Amino acid sequence: MANMVSKEYARLGERLWHGQLENGLHIYVDEKRQFQKCYAFFATCYGGMDMRFQLDGAWHDTPAGVAHFLEHKMFDTQDGNALQDLAQNGASPNAFTSSAITGYYFESTEKFYENLKILLSFVSIPWFTQESVDKEQGIIGQEIQMIEDDPSHQVFYAMLDGLYDHHPLKVSVAGTRESISHITADTLYACHKAFYNPSNMVLCVAGDVDPERIYALAKEILTQAPNGKIERDYGAPEMPTAVHSGKTLSMEVSTPIFQLGFKADPASKGPSRLRQELVSELACEVLMGASSPLYARLYSEGLINKSFGSGYEAYPACALFLACGESRDPEAVRDAVLAEAERLGREGVDDAFFQRQKKAIYGNRVRQLNSFEFVCIGLAQSHFDGVDMLDFPAVFDTIHAEDVTACIRTIFTPQRASLAVVRPKGEM
Amino acid sequence: MANVTRMELFSGVHLTAVHTKKFKSSLIGVELLTPIRAETASANALVPMVLRRGTKRCPDMESLSTALDDLYGGWIEPAVRKKGETQCIGFTGSFLDDAYTMDGSQILEPAAMLFGELLLHPAQAGEGFVPAYVEGERGNLIDRIRAQINEKRQYALNRVTAEMCSGEPFGVDKLGSEAQAAALDGRALWDRYQALLSQAAIEIYFCGSAAPERVKKAFLSALEGLPKTEARFQPSPCTQKAASVPPKLVEEALDVTQGKLTMGLRTDGITVQDPEYPALALCTAVFGGTTTSKLFLNVRERLSLCYYASAQLEKLKGVMLVSSGVEFDKVEEAKAEILAQLEHCKRGQIEDWELEGARRSLVSTLYTTLDSQSRLEDYWLAQIVAGLAETPEALAARIEGVTKEQVIAAAQRLSLDTVYFLKGKED
Repeated sequence: MANMVSKEYARLGERLWHGQLENGLHIYVDEKRQFQKCYAFFATCYGGMDMRFQLDGAWHDTPAGVAHFLEHKMFDTQDGNALQDLAQNGASPNAFTSSAITGYYFESTEKFYENLKILLSFVSIPWFTQESVDKEQGIIGQEIQMIEDDPSHQVFYAMLDGLYDHHPLKVSVAGTRESISHITADTLYACHKAFYNPSNMVLCVAGDVDPERIYALAKEILTQAPNGKIERDYGAPEMPTAVHSGKTLSMEVSTPIFQLGFKADPASKGPSRLRQELVSELACEVLMGASSPLYARLYSEGLINKSFGSGYEAYPACALFLACGESRDPEAVRDAVLAEAERLGREGVDDAFFQRQKKAIYGNRVRQLNSFEFVCIGLAQSHFDGVDMLDFPAVFDTIHAEDVTACIRTIFTPQRASLAVVRPKGEM
Repeated sequence: MANVTRMELFSGVHLTAVHTKKFKSSLIGVELLTPIRAETASANALVPMVLRRGTKRCPDMESLSTALDDLYGGWIEPAVRKKGETQCIGFTGSFLDDAYTMDGSQILEPAAMLFGELLLHPAQAGEGFVPAYVEGERGNLIDRIRAQINEKRQYALNRVTAEMCSGEPFGVDKLGSEAQAAALDGRALWDRYQALLSQAAIEIYFCGSAAPERVKKAFLSALEGLPKTEARFQPSPCTQKAASVPPKLVEEALDVTQGKLTMGLRTDGITVQDPEYPALALCTAVFGGTTTSKLFLNVRERLSLCYYASAQLEKLKGVMLVSSGVEFDKVEEAKAEILAQLEHCKRGQIEDWELEGARRSLVSTLYTTLDSQSRLEDYWLAQIVAGLAETPEALAARIEGVTKEQVIAAAQRLSLDTVYFLKGKED
């Protein structure tokens, strides 16, 4: 019997297989014929922001940094370390924790099914001792110290603090040395039980592989019963405007660095989310992308340099635009962005320019599908968001210049902006 | 591999086309191949950077960006590489494959035209480059040469190469020297550019779904303005020298907290062109090419003498480089242990798991080269300079067949030539 069903995306030349185990795990396989390597990504919908949740009928409050801590400890197995087991099979494994998800992955050209078995086993079977947790506290403590010394980390979280009143996105994924000192082996077991359940996870594979064999293997190894939907609490909905207009810090940097944030409206789960994402990406490019008139002007005036970047990010219950880089005068950059947004909102976008940006973003989206890593992480993320990631060509067709102008007019206003700056020491 | 085609467009101008439908994008390279020499290296490196600033049709960065956005957000970047004793300068770029445009429009032909414009029709002021572009890019080149010292790991490798091969073309850095770069003016650069157009071997590379004949046609038309000549450069095998006896020792002091110890070894003339090459490649992997290698497991993990220790092969030249990061006071111990591990290879003290671990890693690297358009382009550029047509799969097959005896025999041909140590400043 076929457990995996395929769907073809003719405009993208992709075939995607999907199936679901009885315990709730969704499995996606992106068929990549003629490739030598295979890539597997096993992820849980659990990240740095999921600190308050309901398990077995009771609400739990956990310290900041548990998801990241758990990721570090998952590689420990009763017999040793899964990283080494995978490396010995010629695979290159790794993992990451973001605000919303934690993912474990490997790439290999040989022994793929054997490696997949190792991946599914070590992520689903927790093995912690108080001793190893204590040891990890030191290691992660050093990592935290290092990122706290990093001006780009500080300026990013200072910007989030300006945008959000209480949304947990503003809490550092790694936590603080103080917060992780409260983590015990029991905390880790409880969070693993809540979030590392197949019904809260997804497995994404890319390569020239047999989807049915992957299904059978996942079924054999992931035997936990489903625990249903985990309720999480991110607090009351945020106001649409920023909490304050900005903050300046002083650290060891040679030129001032800045993060300019604009609070956007949260995207709801489901297909409309993809449209909002594409409109937002276009708005960002039209307003301040590398080919925009604003970029050219700021660059020639020496207000920004090649380090300038901008983008749109969406998380559960919040979304934002950001622009960052080095500048001798970050306030002037903010004022120029606001003025250009005001002009575009009033005059609209030049149509030829809009069409070019659309083509450029479309082309980049398609080219990104070359990357197995991009495809698998994207599939996992969009699964959790209730979106069909490969559906973007059809959605693109429906986006017009007015959609983008409306987005710019609504979001890029002084009330929604917050500017964080790190200035060189002694310059304030 | 049946899908790689090589053909001549004009005398000394060739196209290598990899015909595949597995990618969403096409990768295009236009490279000028010329002997690397101290007098011309900086000027050659500067040429593509200045050309990338503007063409007659798109005279500035903004209009070039517009042209690229129109081609579905493609990119073209200047590239400077050294393959053996050949300097390869030019452009590489990536474009959406024609199969995936929104309106069925073709991208290959206009992209090829843009490469042709960048190479043959630069934005000009009178009979030369735009002075502001020369000034700006010369400054960027000097910054890049100066910045090499910031990356200490690579810097120590560059230095051991320069010391070991001083007087040989291989000792010249791909960017040349700061003094040479600083001395360049618009006139000299324009002359160099004209010389390259008429003397360099020109290699076009394409990887994508378009049939090779179509690619050929696109570039025949895009490069029509190229001077026609019979006298284009042809790469020849690298010069070979015996290892210095005793080995040359070089020390340098900089403001660093961690020492860098690098070593240059000669392979007794074994290069990628020799039948012994697969054995030498496997030998390098066993000695220091992977995380299961002798250097990694012994010098780093077991004895903790280094923060890192690895070996790599300059396959066209026939040189092996060892790279390590050490505490200042452990340098003699680390050096002795690295050489002891090399002796183990020469004496055949190689466990089966070491040999097989290295073999799996090497074979896997070759196979994944086929999955990466940029790595595959770099592979073929090296093959072309070496005059070889062997595919990654065929090389992998030869590596599968290498015996332990052959690895030992290759190890025995290695001789230490130069040791370079970057230490801290005493204050």
